[in-house]
Amino acid sequence: MAVTVQEAKVTWKRLPLSSNYAVAYAVKDLDVDVIAAYPITPQTTVVEKIAEFIANGELNAEMIHVESEHSALSATIAASAAGARAFTATASQGLELMHEILHIASGLRLPVVMSIATRALSAPISIWNDYSDLMNTRDTSWITLIASSAQEVYDSIVQAYRIAEDPEVMLPVMVAYDGYLMSHTYEPVLVPEDNKPILDYAPKNYNRIKLDPERPITMGTLTGPEWYYEFKYQQVVAMKKALEKARKADEEFKARFGRGYGLIETFNVEDADVVIVAYGGLYGTVIEALEPLVEKGVKVGAMRLRLWRPFPVEDVKKALGNAKLVTVIDKAISYGARIAGPVALEIMSSFYQDEAKPMIMSIIAGIGQRRITEDTIREIVDYSFKVLDRGRAPEESLYWGVRGVKYE
Amino acid sequence: MAAEEKLPAWNEIPPGGIIIEPGNAEERYTGDWRVFRPVINQDKCIRCLLCWVYCPDSVFHIIDEEYVTSKGRKYSFSLRIDYDHCKGCGICVEECPVNAIDFVEEVK
Amino acid sequence: MRFEIRWHGRGGQGAVTAAMILAEAAIFEGKYAQAFPEFGAERRGAPVRAYTRVSDKPILTRAPITRPDVVVILDSSLPKELYLPGLKEGGLILVNTKKTASEFAESTGIDPGKYRIYTVDATKIALEILGVPIVNTAMVGALVKVLPIVSLENVEKAIMETFPGRLGEKNVKAVRAAYEAVAAESVVAR
Repeated sequence: MAVTVQEAKVTWKRLPLSSNYAVAYAVKDLDVDVIAAYPITPQTTVVEKIAEFIANGELNAEMIHVESEHSALSATIAASAAGARAFTATASQGLELMHEILHIASGLRLPVVMSIATRALSAPISIWNDYSDLMNTRDTSWITLIASSAQEVYDSIVQAYRIAEDPEVMLPVMVAYDGYLMSHTYEPVLVPEDNKPILDYAPKNYNRIKLDPERPITMGTLTGPEWYYEFKYQQVVAMKKALEKARKADEEFKARFGRGYGLIETFNVEDADVVIVAYGGLYGTVIEALEPLVEKGVKVGAMRLRLWRPFPVEDVKKALGNAKLVTVIDKAISYGARIAGPVALEIMSSFYQDEAKPMIMSIIAGIGQRRITEDTIREIVDYSFKVLDRGRAPEESLYWGVRGVKYE
Repeated sequence: MAAEEKLPAWNEIPPGGIIIEPGNAEERYTGDWRVFRPVINQDKCIRCLLCWVYCPDSVFHIIDEEYVTSKGRKYSFSLRIDYDHCKGCGICVEECPVNAIDFVEEVK
Repeated sequence: MRFEIRWHGRGGQGAVTAAMILAEAAIFEGKYAQAFPEFGAERRGAPVRAYTRVSDKPILTRAPITRPDVVVILDSSLPKELYLPGLKEGGLILVNTKKTASEFAESTGIDPGKYRIYTVDATKIALEILGVPIVNTAMVGALVKVLPIVSLENVEKAIMETFPGRLGEKNVKAVRAAYEAVAAESVVAR
């Protein structure tokens, strides 16, 4: 969509917000109609804050209290099917319980938006952060953004509705961020005094196929082998379109509001032999770890993946094409795979068909919120240069920091 | 369904398997699924309309046609079965309180 | 300039809220700040830690603070092994205790030549003003006196945002009392 955009006149308030509260503010400013959710750590304060906005009269919405996450997403889908702008939020076991409904949201082409405060999975029980829950949703046909600051969380929820409700997309969107490490961290966030510019950017799309007693339709049909495949192919095409739609949504957001993120973010990749790839809140720690190294002349850079699904292959290849070694830090494990990092696997497959490509090393870290400090990152950088000297990346993922395992 | 029937391509159908026109079950001919055919005995029928209630395919049509039974009982309407959509499930035969619906084999 | 502050308390004393109020005050002041708890499965009485970073520039890292400039101890019964590790040399220790700084150094065996030690009887202030031994707001008041990285006004604003109404007003009183008290009682140990 070719639009000339003027920078919107927005008066911003600078508030101390956690990423969870940033989600709630975005939901309020987007004038969401229906919210259905079930409490789960570390997501709960998202919905608590939304409930507060509704109670105060700051948001005119229906809050449905349900008895499980399965019902939460089902009710959200139903509201969306009836034409409402609908929202839910969850994490970890809650997202797992939603799993079958994730496919129904995307299969019915409903522009639901959901926030995920990512958390490890049971058993054993861990309430702490990693990305195992999110990575399990990889093949559900949800557009997936991973934010790395509370400001970006706010901005991404706004962009998410713009992308989801695009007539050429009509797919649900997840906005993920680190549980605890972001969900419970207070930091400055700019939110508008008045939400009109936000709604101008992401107007509600009520003009879509919906359940309407005046004009009956059927949703959730049974489709035989001679029909089903075509509907799935429609999703493939919509996902492909979503990539450019997400890019444009971000570009126009930047033109209007002065903040943009791209589909990926890079640091010093032009001049780097080793590039560290990360996602979510970890990227900030990576940058602060690398800055003093780059100052000393170490040829190291970083890339952050912001759009996970659809995967921005060309952007990633362009950013990493000059590197000699790419070290991908994944906070999730695909058990039984030699390369067990989901993002590492994706980057490998992006380069597979090419003649010239960097070596790629997969590192697993931060599982169950095992501590990652700047020192951890610098140890990974040191090891990366060692691997670069050897000229061959390890064939298996390295499980960084697990007790009893050492890598030479 | 005829195997050679040309089906629409992925971009010629509504998204998500959604059926956007209401009431299109009528276009689906299911009459050839029957092995047994329900046949109304208008003379025995007491017009209670339980068949009309129970039929899963809405094939019982109320016809504006008077009927006088052999015992002289007069009814202001009759019933007719839409055999293009009756699948021959036999629910009506089972539910009829006066056994006024016969179940007849299609092929003799 | 970036300050990294680590808060140590027990569940129920409000260490997490204290970390947050300081960050809020810094944000109201136009600075960059970050506050987050060390996420244990906290119960009342269990040792708890929280972190605040305050800076003139954006803060990107999300690593826990391992080399703090300041440790604030809400409960002097906590063993020093919990709060001393990583504290920078010349770093600041602010502790809630009836003792003077030199008495505290002596009783804990902390080398007073290595750190700047300040004490304040925040429990007394909290009991007098709030009627409960929740010392977090008083400790924020004492901290901004000995480490003036944010103004008292913005601390008070942050408190009123967190606890609107009478509860906020009482906490503001506790902040001011501790701000004054720490000035009177603190001694740089020699």
